[in-house]
Amino acid sequence: MNVRRFNWPLWAAFLLALIAAFSYFAFFVRFPVTRDFPWANLLLFLLVAVLLLMGIRRGFARDRAHPTGSKIITSIVSVVSVAIFAFFVFVIFIGGRWLPPSTGAPHVGQKVPEFTLNDSNGRQVSLNELLSTPIEGKPPKGVLLIFYRGWW
Amino acid sequence: MGSFNQAGIRPVAISADTPEETRDLLKSAGYTFPFLSDRNAEVIRRYDLVHAHAGEGGRDIARPAEFLVDPSGTVRWINLTENYWVRARPADILDKAKLLQ
Repeated sequence: MNVRRFNWPLWAAFLLALIAAFSYFAFFVRFPVTRDFPWANLLLFLLVAVLLLMGIRRGFARDRAHPTGSKIITSIVSVVSVAIFAFFVFVIFIGGRWLPPSTGAPHVGQKVPEFTLNDSNGRQVSLNELLSTPIEGKPPKGVLLIFYRGWW
Repeated sequence: MGSFNQAGIRPVAISADTPEETRDLLKSAGYTFPFLSDRNAEVIRRYDLVHAHAGEGGRDIARPAEFLVDPSGTVRWINLTENYWVRARPADILDKAKLLQ
């Protein structure tokens, strides 16, 4: 039997690898349960692994229409798929830890530095004001300063 | 956010984003607490939270950090995450807010 079979598992693996990687940043990052540890994406990559094994088996089969070409393409697509996985693991588990030590940041018991900054409407707001303006008619019990990377 | 109000805690977000960039974020996320712009990362620097050149176009930004501050301006709790994909959850913070009661 010499049938030209489209190696769908191989290409499905590649496509799914792209989805598994980018869906973290586009979607799963919004939910703490899938952001703090990327369970969902790792599961998708597990599926990628299964499809990849199927695709490699098919791609290296003796009855391919073009055995050599098939081996080359299968190898390239497999390596790229694994590279996408490696990139994902790197960004989440290693890159995410590339943070400065910030040893000079205010410690528990210290007073925080004063500041006056513009809010999103361009109005000047001081730390003093944030600590004293009532919340629902009552004096605040405290302020939670949330420093974040920014949205871009 | 209602639970923060009930606990008497005012969240305040600070980043090196401009007010314009922040307005875009607020439009899609619907936060109602103050978002402050520290465009030149000066306050961020004073708090020793600078993540040099990690922002768009190589600009300095803040590394993620949260400080629970009482009305006298004293830090009562701090969260300096060691992986920026992992963040403190509101429930954990409200728990810490009991320190201020």
